[in-house]
Amino acid sequence: MTHSLLVRPIAKKEWTFTAIIAFFFIVVMPLLNSFGFISDFTINLWGKYLCYAMLAISVDLLWGYTGLLSLGQALFFSLGGYMMGMYLMRMIGDMGQYHKDMPDFLVFLGWEQLPTFWKPFSSFPFAMVMVLVVPGLVAYVFGWLAFRSRVRGVYFSILTQALTYGASLMFFRNDMLMGGNNGFTDFRFILGFDIRSPETKRGLFIVTAMILTVTFVGLRCLTRSRFGLVQQAVRDSENRVLFSGYSSPNFKLFIFVLSSLIGSVGGALYVPQVGIINPSEMTTDNSLEAVVWTAVGGRGTLIGPIVGAVSVNALKSWATRAYPDLWLIILGGMFIIVVLFMPKGIVGIPGMVRDWLAKRKRQKEPMEDAAIKKTEEEAA
Amino acid sequence: MKFTRKLFTSTLALAALSTLLPAQAQDTVKVGVLHSLSGTMAISETSLRDVLLFTFDEINAKGGVLGKKIEPVVVDGASNWPLFAEKAKQLLEQDKVAVTFGCWTSVSRKSVLPVFESNKGLLFYPVQYEGEEMSPNIIYTAEAVGQQATPAVDYLLEKGYKKFYLLGSDYVYPQTTNLVLLEYLLSKGVPLENIGGGFKKDESGKIISAGKYTPFGHTDYQQIVSEIKQYAAGGDTCVVSTLNGDTNVPFFKEYAAAGLTAETCPVVSFSISEDEFRGLPAKQLVGQLGCWTYFQSIKSPANEKFIADFQAWLAKSDVPGIVKEGRVTCSPMVLSYVGVYLWKAAVEKAGTFEVEKVIAELEKGISFDGPGGTVTSQKNHHVTKNVFIGETKADGQFKILKTYDNVFGEPFLKGTFKSK
Repeated sequence: MTHSLLVRPIAKKEWTFTAIIAFFFIVVMPLLNSFGFISDFTINLWGKYLCYAMLAISVDLLWGYTGLLSLGQALFFSLGGYMMGMYLMRMIGDMGQYHKDMPDFLVFLGWEQLPTFWKPFSSFPFAMVMVLVVPGLVAYVFGWLAFRSRVRGVYFSILTQALTYGASLMFFRNDMLMGGNNGFTDFRFILGFDIRSPETKRGLFIVTAMILTVTFVGLRCLTRSRFGLVQQAVRDSENRVLFSGYSSPNFKLFIFVLSSLIGSVGGALYVPQVGIINPSEMTTDNSLEAVVWTAVGGRGTLIGPIVGAVSVNALKSWATRAYPDLWLIILGGMFIIVVLFMPKGIVGIPGMVRDWLAKRKRQKEPMEDAAIKKTEEEAA
Repeated sequence: MKFTRKLFTSTLALAALSTLLPAQAQDTVKVGVLHSLSGTMAISETSLRDVLLFTFDEINAKGGVLGKKIEPVVVDGASNWPLFAEKAKQLLEQDKVAVTFGCWTSVSRKSVLPVFESNKGLLFYPVQYEGEEMSPNIIYTAEAVGQQATPAVDYLLEKGYKKFYLLGSDYVYPQTTNLVLLEYLLSKGVPLENIGGGFKKDESGKIISAGKYTPFGHTDYQQIVSEIKQYAAGGDTCVVSTLNGDTNVPFFKEYAAAGLTAETCPVVSFSISEDEFRGLPAKQLVGQLGCWTYFQSIKSPANEKFIADFQAWLAKSDVPGIVKEGRVTCSPMVLSYVGVYLWKAAVEKAGTFEVEKVIAELEKGISFDGPGGTVTSQKNHHVTKNVFIGETKADGQFKILKTYDNVFGEPFLKGTFKSK
């Protein structure tokens, strides 16, 4: 991907295509849904896929562009989800099982009054700030320690994995007052709208599509900027970057925090759409799955993770219904095919076809040249 | 910019794909099966899928329900809770199933509950759980705490045990069960110091958690077992265990190694059934107690026929990947089986598949003579059934020691027992 190493403006044609796709998701799909051409179920499902796309982008920004394979992205995704979940739990009010103005699990644990750290989450703006602050802070502290100590390669992956696992164990504990194993469920309202109504779901879908578009465009510009150049240089040869006088730890830290925020926003959008957040979301498996989506879609491109997250999850949704006994084999088979035959993922297919055609042409040409020469000779 | 064009076309293709609906025949009724066939819960839940398919075949062979053959729609929740909610939505909104049988873990049930409520669906839930819930759209054929934990304690009290050590995995089912047990034991005159495992109190001194808890997948039970040994030194002590799944293996290994036996200090477990012994070594548990509303060893014509029919069905089943060897029957399987028949009876009584009317019939009380004896649905969406106390044998079966007939299913037990 040598062309992306160049600082150059993005072609007009690309802007047009991005705009068309974004228009399709933000306007056309919701319209089709409101007229009944696309079911509420499908809209809701696609809302979920787009949240997964945010997670995959956050993985790719680190892995594909900076060479850092983080297995902690599911943690940031869940932290964002938990922050949104806390707000949604407060919005249940006294409609819970025990009819008290407090989440059911706190009543059950014997709390008479809301614990102090729960109180501000009744405010939506506060919860949204926390969606950015909490994962951002975790990423900053962890990243600062890791990058200062020059933790690289597989060690970085192992550490992020351990961080995620530790956090999930912590959240599993009922003492955390975050719902333990059951987590948060049974949400009712978001900003006064009934969370179970098709209109709210459509609204959430539109918001998700818009945020994904903004993220995509923003990162497209970032990765093509001078900053993006350094970022990719870190991936290709970090020592050279260091010797050239750049502080690579600071670059990495910035990217790490940025990607944690993208993951977190994805998680915050995910929870109201799927209706549950619990600690099993922050397992290493989930981080690894996002890595697989990225690989399938095309690592090191920004469109790749989106294509990967959407297509793998759509395939999963379909196969768990159509072939409940065999879907793992179908999915696994697909991953093997991608790894073996499509190193650049789904978005690499056009390039592969082009290369193949060019090769065939080159093989043909010498023969044709020889044939022409021959006829020329004969003519002479 | 072929990348983006690719996304566009694949988007369209997938959108078309996900809205595709299989054609619906007129003489069948669609019924959902929502269990994990992959992931951590698959080992337990696949058995329930098998028994459900068996039940549908059994009913279809006798003419179906209201003259319609049951057409199962099996989906895989993959031990992934948001996926459970997605699959529930798919069953209700796209397949429009008349009823769904499914879920094992409480968290999966909590995840699908809003989906069933907002779509006015009907779910039958078959696995022992902590109660504290009563959704208008769920029928809990499951054992409530009062149909497992309190009868087990009654039995132990009857046998003269005076000290109770509470041990569990740290999640909502053990936490709730132990809080209920604490109140129950106190109401039976057992003093607080005779309830082991420790307590957690809030600022006002009120107990908010009773018993010892270990995380999922915990393996090091050395310290806990030595604590139990010390606690049990005075005799007359038993352990009430709500440990879950794999953690039972290291626990019982350590327990046996420490010289504790079923004679000196018995353990009663609520999460180990015959089906779990397919993966657990039964040898170390010989003599330890279990409590369920069904055991495979029940001697009754209904149970013998059920087991024989299920084995015969397994032998000729062509479900991909189904395990045919060494299969047993257990309480969650029978409660799934019973659930289907309760639903069938309710539908026939109501004369329609309409969820609202079927639930109304179930609330009025429907009885079915199952492999574990008669079960009767109650107004509170739980079922009355017999409770059995059993002793583990080396072959992973239970020897039935005691039967409590027609125990009422009550989900809200916490706070109902008053201390003496």
